[in-house]
Amino acid sequence: MSHPHEAAEFLKDPAKSKWHDETLWFIRDKRDKMSHTVPEWEELRELASTIKDNVLGNLADYLEEFEQNAIKNGVQIHWAKDAEEHNEIVLSILRKKDCTAIVKSKSILTEECHLNPFLEKHGVEVVDTDLGERIVQFLNQPPSHIVLPAIHLKKREISELFHEKLNTEKGNEDPYYLTQAARHHLREKFLAAKVAITGVNFGVAETGEFVVCTNEGNADMGAHLADTHIASMGIEKIIPERKHLAVFLRLLARSATGQNITNYNSHFRSPEKGKEIHIILVDNGRTAQLGRENFRNSLKCIRCGACMNTCPIYRRSGGFSYKSTVPGPIGSILSPGLDLKKHSSLPFASTLCGSCTDVCPVKINIHEQLYLWRQEVTKAQGTSLKGLSMKMGNGIFKSPLSYNYSGKIMRLALKNLPTSMIYNPLNVWGKQRDLPPVPKESFKEWYQKNRK
Amino acid sequence: MSSREHILEKIRVLKLDQKPIPTIPDFGINEDLQERFRASISSNKGEMITAEALIFKIESGLFPNVFSTVSDFADFTNQPLPEDSHAFANLDLAILRGQFGVAENGAIWLEDADLKFRAIPFITEHLVVVLDKNELVPTMHQAYDRIGNAASGFGLFIAGPSKTADIEQSLVIGAQGAKSLMVVLI
Repeated sequence: MSHPHEAAEFLKDPAKSKWHDETLWFIRDKRDKMSHTVPEWEELRELASTIKDNVLGNLADYLEEFEQNAIKNGVQIHWAKDAEEHNEIVLSILRKKDCTAIVKSKSILTEECHLNPFLEKHGVEVVDTDLGERIVQFLNQPPSHIVLPAIHLKKREISELFHEKLNTEKGNEDPYYLTQAARHHLREKFLAAKVAITGVNFGVAETGEFVVCTNEGNADMGAHLADTHIASMGIEKIIPERKHLAVFLRLLARSATGQNITNYNSHFRSPEKGKEIHIILVDNGRTAQLGRENFRNSLKCIRCGACMNTCPIYRRSGGFSYKSTVPGPIGSILSPGLDLKKHSSLPFASTLCGSCTDVCPVKINIHEQLYLWRQEVTKAQGTSLKGLSMKMGNGIFKSPLSYNYSGKIMRLALKNLPTSMIYNPLNVWGKQRDLPPVPKESFKEWYQKNRK
Repeated sequence: MSSREHILEKIRVLKLDQKPIPTIPDFGINEDLQERFRASISSNKGEMITAEALIFKIESGLFPNVFSTVSDFADFTNQPLPEDSHAFANLDLAILRGQFGVAENGAIWLEDADLKFRAIPFITEHLVVVLDKNELVPTMHQAYDRIGNAASGFGLFIAGPSKTADIEQSLVIGAQGAKSLMVVLI
């Protein structure tokens, strides 16, 4: 399914899509205000971007350094070349621990690997412990935003869902009440879990430690209460030295939600006495993206979601319209690298306004890469419908006679044809938009009359 | 070939340009550190509280089960340190000492030695962090300089209470972790 088709689904509820649009813009605005309180903001973005340049140029060395240090710290390291291998490694650890129920905090990588359905198929209960993720998990939906997983839902829907799943009062939509109900439900799960899975925000080559950032504290509740902590980490999450964390932690939460810092920033270096930590280093297409010169620096992404909050298309089409684990502008440059055919409409889901590039904390040239992916898509797919109309346009503009003539016909036609014929399915531009009023004459005609 | 070798080889054959690591300039803030720290904690939805006010709260019976690692408040401890942190599931208040605070964002650094169990600041219903008012640094850069090469198994920057806005972006304090963070500067 193409992005425009899916977006049309989202727009069927105009009140909700307007709320979605305005709410994300509000977060973008908070990000602006917060970034303006840091005088060196632009310098920090540049630093973050150049640190990541250094990482991408030396990735193999840093991964080996990270591995050696982690092993010294008593952490077990696993390598997975793809999603399947990642999931198998997780399952084998669970089998060894005789574990059939796990708690998991937010990890976009495990979404990318479709870990939940895999584990459920093998009889493991997976409980997502981030509130937004638990909500969408109850609905059998993926997250619609990487930082705000349930941003596509209204509290009325969540209230109904919790009434059904957690036995909350019917009709009680109070966010505090609903959050407390989830807190009690999740506490039971935390206290019972033997294995916890988390994502990784940053892995430090110099020390072998990794950092996980949350506001809810759910990653820590899971990891510290369980005997075994499995951390799934994309190989691009590496940074060289501990002091570089300062640069990234100053940028991450301010870009993501407009807060100074996330309330919990946990540095895991070695397991607590009697416990285990496993890190799974996952490729799953990242080395292929590293080999694509034009798209390489999409791997700098720190998953703040700022490009989604600012994007005029994302805000008005919702995360599900992208049909990709990471939606929005950054997803539209990452996903075509994984499956060009499936995601071929995503590079076109953009106005190329460049706002994503302007807010990106690691200065990824997102809109330029969208433009370059369009060329890759066209190369791979040949002529599209848009290509046809461009060819027609080329014919019309080539000859002055045909240009004059078709202009006249169009003005006449638009004035006299019934609306249903003008706003037909072929006129994609006329969807949700009115055509401008038709002028009486062309500029050339006006000029000839008035400038004689 | 193992997956490890496979991945490393796929990276190495690319022979990418090696770019230098940039130097981080000496960033700071031109504000009173304590004032900025207080403002940051309150913007993170934490609460600055005096030792007297905290004692008053505890004595009024607000927190039946208390555990403190801080000697100034040791008398209030009525929960012994258990064998396993699960036993703290009904802990109402934990009082821990932070090593230092960061003025720009209110983050406070704690390590294994300050925590006893890593789960304590999360599993407790309410959390107090006690901090020496002279132990404040301007930004995260000075914070990591200060941590240096210390090699605790676990380290944590805690900046506020557990919070979420996952339901219609309405801010709720008290999600999965501690429902409040009170900071005492002494």
